[in-house]
Amino acid sequence: MPNPTHRAERVSAPEGSVVFEADVLVIGGGPAGTWAAVSAAERGARVVLADKGFCGTSGATAAAGTGVWYIDPNPALREAAMADREKMGGYLQDRRWMARVLDSTYQHSNSLADWGYPYPVDDRGKSQRNSLQGPEYMRLMRKRTKLAGVTILDHSPALELLVDDDGAVAGASGVRRQKQDRWTVRAKAVVIATGGCAFLSKTLGSNVLTGDGYLMSAEVGAEFTSMEFSNPYAISPAFGSVTKTLFYGWASFTYDDGSVVPGAASKGGRSAIARALLEGPVYARLDKADDDVRHQMRVSQPNFFLPFDRTGIDPFKDRFPVTLRLEGTVRGTGGLRIVDDSCATTVPGLYAAGDAATRELICGGFTGGGSHNAAWAMSSGAWAGQGAADYATQVGPAVGRSLRSAGAVALRSRQRRAFAPAALARAVQAEVFPYELNYFREASRLQGALGRLDAAWRDVSEADAADASEIVRAREAAAMLATARWMYRSALARQESRGMHRRDDFPDQDSRQRHYVTTGGLDEIWTSARPHAEASYAEAAE
Amino acid sequence: MIEVIDGERCTSCDICVNVCPTNVFDKTDGIPVIARQGDCQTCFLCELYCPEDALYVSPFADQAQPIDLVALKQTDSMGSYRRAVGWTDETCDRRGVDRSYLLFGH
Repeated sequence: MPNPTHRAERVSAPEGSVVFEADVLVIGGGPAGTWAAVSAAERGARVVLADKGFCGTSGATAAAGTGVWYIDPNPALREAAMADREKMGGYLQDRRWMARVLDSTYQHSNSLADWGYPYPVDDRGKSQRNSLQGPEYMRLMRKRTKLAGVTILDHSPALELLVDDDGAVAGASGVRRQKQDRWTVRAKAVVIATGGCAFLSKTLGSNVLTGDGYLMSAEVGAEFTSMEFSNPYAISPAFGSVTKTLFYGWASFTYDDGSVVPGAASKGGRSAIARALLEGPVYARLDKADDDVRHQMRVSQPNFFLPFDRTGIDPFKDRFPVTLRLEGTVRGTGGLRIVDDSCATTVPGLYAAGDAATRELICGGFTGGGSHNAAWAMSSGAWAGQGAADYATQVGPAVGRSLRSAGAVALRSRQRRAFAPAALARAVQAEVFPYELNYFREASRLQGALGRLDAAWRDVSEADAADASEIVRAREAAAMLATARWMYRSALARQESRGMHRRDDFPDQDSRQRHYVTTGGLDEIWTSARPHAEASYAEAAE
Repeated sequence: MIEVIDGERCTSCDICVNVCPTNVFDKTDGIPVIARQGDCQTCFLCELYCPEDALYVSPFADQAQPIDLVALKQTDSMGSYRRAVGWTDETCDRRGVDRSYLLFGH
C-alpha cells in the first residue's frame, strides 16, 4: 500500500560517513530526478534523492525558462505535434513513445497546476501550460519531493554505484562536500537522473552536468545510444552565460564590418554562425522584435536581459558579440539506452530518466527548443521512479546482501602518477568545443581527436586515486572524457549526415542508415547498429 | 561570476551557501565568503534566493570584474532579478506573467 510517510532509514555508520537504507535511490535533483523521486514515493517506496548541488537550483532547467511539449488531447493537434519534428530528427523517433510522452506530459503539467504552479492565463481566460519558468518550477518540485517523504541529500555528489553478487545495482556512494564526509545509500534500485554532459561550457545552468551518471553506469556495463547526436551549440553573448535560442529568432547577425552573415539564423542557420565564428567575431542585434515582442521577452525570461542591462547594452538597438556554447548531450539526444516502458537500462536495478537517458524515442537525432526535454524529463522521470519502486518490491527484503563498489577511474590506486583533473577537463574541452571538430565532423579529424582522447583515457585509468579534495573534479573530468569518446566513436560509425550529426565527408542522409548506433565500454569503446522499431516491424511483416 | 557579498546587507543566513548549485560559497563565523569564484557558472540563482539583495553576479561568465560596491548600490541592479521574477512581496504579481506562449512558433 502506498505510504507517503514511509522514509528511508539512517542506520549506524563509521565516523566520517552516513549510511541510509532505502528502496529507491535517485541520483540527480533536476526535473527528471524530482519526478522520479515523487513517483517512486507515491508507489510506497522509501526514497533518497542525492544531488550534486542543491535540489531546486541544480541543472539546466532551474536557471532557465523552458517550453513544454504540452498539447491538448485533440487527435489532430497531437498528430501534428508528432509529425512536426520527424524530418528534422532524421525519422528516428518512435510514434508509440511520442504518444505516451504527450499523454504523460499533459497529466503531469496539470498536476503542477493543482500544486500551485502559477501558469499564466491568456486573454480568453485559458490557462497556458506550454512553458515553465525554471526557478519557480524547481522550487515547487523540491517542495513536492519533501512532501512525498523523500530524504534529500544536497551537495552530495555520487561517485560510484554499488552492485550485488549478481551484478544488479544496489545503491551508490559519494561525498557530502559541505560536511567533508561520505555517504552511502543501500537501495534496491537506482534511478540515474544526472542530466547530460555539457563539458563545463558555462551554457546556462549546465556546469553541474558533466556526465557523472554515464560514467557510473558504464562501470556497471550499461549501454548508450544516439551519442553521435551530441553537438548542439547555443547562442549567448560572447561574454555571458545566458543562452536562449528562442529569442535569437528575432536577431540579425553581422560581421565585424557590419555586413550581414549570409544564411545566419537562430533556427536553421546556426551553422552559418559557426562558420563565421571560425573566421572572426559575429554580432547580433534583436532588431526584428517589435514593441509587443520586446515586452513579452522581458516578462517571459527576465534573466535573458541581465547581461545586457548590467553592461548598458540595448540588445534591440545595439550590436553585441555572440558565441556558440556547446550543450553536448544536455540538448543532444544521446544517453543511456532504455529497454522498456519503465525506463530500465540494460543493467538490472538501474533506471535512467531525463537528459541522462536517450531522448531518441521522441526526438530522433535532433532537438530544437527545450520543450521536448522538459516533457521527456517529467515523463521518463515518473516512469523510471515507478519502475524502480516496482522492481524494489520484487527484490523483496535485502537482508545480508554483500555489496561491492563498482567505480574505478580516479577511485582506485594504480601507480604513483598524479591525477590532474583541471588539466584533463581542459584537454577534453579542446577536443569537443571546436566547431571544426564537433559541429562539422569528418573522419580524419574525428580519428585524430579519438587518438588523443583514447591516450588520455589510458593515462588516467592507470593514474593513482585522486586526492580527497579533488575526487569530485577528477570523476567529472573522467566522465567528460568517457562521454567524448562515446560521442566521437558513434559519430565515426554513422557515415552520413542525419539530425544534428553532420559529416563533411558524408553530407547526405542515407536511407540505409535509418538505425540507431549503440555504444559502450570504457577501456575499449564499441559501437553497433540497432534497427529502428519501424524498420524492424517492416522486416517482421515480410 | 559572483563578485560581491555586501557586508552591510548580509545577515549571515547562509541561504546562498546552501542554494549555490556549484558550491561557490563557504560558511564562516560571520558572513559567507566567495571561496571558489572560478566555479561560478553565472546562473544568477544565488541572487534570486538572497532575501536581502546582498549579492551581485556580474554578467561576465569567464572572467572576474572589479566592482565598485558604492556605485553599484546607487543603481537598481542588486535584487533586480528577484524583483523581475516576482520573488519579492512588492512584485509577487509578476509570477504568473510568462508570455512565452505568444513567442513560440516564431
